[in-house]
Amino acid sequence: MNKPDFIPNSLYPAKTKRTLSLSFIVVLGFYLVTSITTESFIINFFLKISNVTDLVERFFPPDWSYISIIYPKLFETIHMAVIATTVAVIISIPFSLLAASNITTNKWIYNFMRMLLNIIRTIPDIILAVVFVALFGIGAFSGIIALIIFAIGILVKLMSEIIEAIDMNPSEAIKASGGNSLQTIWFAVVPQVLPQFISFSLYVFEINIRASVVLGLVGAGGIGQLINQRINFMDYQAVLTTVLVIFAVVVVIDWISGKLREGLV
Amino acid sequence: MSNRIPPKPKSTAKVVKRLIITIAVIALYVWTITSINIDWGKIFSQRTIDNFGRIIPKFFDPAFEETGTILIKMIETIFIAYTGSLAAAIIAVPLAFLCATNMVRNKFLNTIGMWILGAVRAFPEIILAIIFVAAVGPNPFAGVLAIAIGSTGMLGKLYSEVIEGIDMNIIEAMEASGANKLQILFYGIMPQVLPEFLSYAIYRFEIDVRASSVLGIVGAGGIGTLIKFAYSNRNWDEVGMILLIIIITVTIIDQISGYVRRRLV
Repeated sequence: MNKPDFIPNSLYPAKTKRTLSLSFIVVLGFYLVTSITTESFIINFFLKISNVTDLVERFFPPDWSYISIIYPKLFETIHMAVIATTVAVIISIPFSLLAASNITTNKWIYNFMRMLLNIIRTIPDIILAVVFVALFGIGAFSGIIALIIFAIGILVKLMSEIIEAIDMNPSEAIKASGGNSLQTIWFAVVPQVLPQFISFSLYVFEINIRASVVLGLVGAGGIGQLINQRINFMDYQAVLTTVLVIFAVVVVIDWISGKLREGLV
Repeated sequence: MSNRIPPKPKSTAKVVKRLIITIAVIALYVWTITSINIDWGKIFSQRTIDNFGRIIPKFFDPAFEETGTILIKMIETIFIAYTGSLAAAIIAVPLAFLCATNMVRNKFLNTIGMWILGAVRAFPEIILAIIFVAAVGPNPFAGVLAIAIGSTGMLGKLYSEVIEGIDMNIIEAMEASGANKLQILFYGIMPQVLPEFLSYAIYRFEIDVRASSVLGIVGAGGIGTLIKFAYSNRNWDEVGMILLIIIITVTIIDQISGYVRRRLV
């Protein structure tokens, strides 16, 4: 009876095991360093959990009378998101064409657009709001401008990727039969990307609603202002009401936009 | 013309649906435009022009002498993001299994899981941070909690989609050959989902670095603390420097995480 030369004693090769254990140790070690420096080691969770539960108790019951103060700010939030999304969509159409490598064959413009977009997307929305509040003063206008720039960053990135993935045969056919660039875009590109374009616009609208909730914290209009104010006054029951209203609005808008997007794509 | 293509057949239901959507959209815009409160006189005034002249040049002359202080806070920001996203990456796993319809064959539990994740996702991290700052005080720990909870919503949803997409034949084969639940989990499910879990966790870390860089504005530690000081004191050259460091750091982390994720999947 021949014994086989080599009997593996594990399902995985030794090299994989080594790499895995090494990365595991690195991840865990880095976790120890980060959690201890930020005072958030697992023990801290158990030490501080009573603080959180104490606070949660003070949030109840929600103060429903506060809702009449919430409404105007809530509507302002929605208005800001509507205007910002609309303007961002219009502006991002030419830019997404410029940032798509199959439409913009000029390497310089394409690379410049890509770099610009990457930079815009790294700037947090709230910093944009801080800057615009300083420029235009406190109010919804600063928030809208911040949201527009924030939304353009996301929208152009998503859109240019969709444009890059389209079927180029129709556009070649139109070019071959003598269509100019505008006609090529209108008859070959637009029909292919329109459903996705609308879907992404709705998605950006959702993101904008969430973002505009936050902008109020730095004075750029919207509902965030109320939360900050109420927390400072330790009026936690009003905070809970605000949070619940935000929650309801976000869920409803996500649901509507989700349904619309399902119908589109 | 005789050789015209006949018009597409239209169903009444579709026409009615389109009509309702169009009317709703028009109503939304009318409502928005009539009730948005923007003081145009204040925005297009001499003060705005003065602000532009005063603030914009400062951004292009960042305060390089502050680099050391800012870098230390940036590292703290990364630590907060890391601790938070690692915690979320672990907390999200059981929730994801609860939501996955092929793992827990109980519609009621699936729905509960989905509700928990959806509820968490509805809140921007910064709102969570405000609440946790009120609970545990203004320190990085509040930021870690906000990031951990905020990320759990998204990771749980993505994980559950990964779990629902696995190859169930392997699991059936293991069940048929007598493997117990734990063996199925470790040899049937985990090898299939782990690379994608890791990939999503790293992607979420990328997002968390961006998110945690602004949490300090509400007192939850990290570089946002400096942003708040700088803009309250109108040190726009310092804001410019902070922004520069955020942009560079986020870009580097994006590149590294993109490279790691390409290797993983």
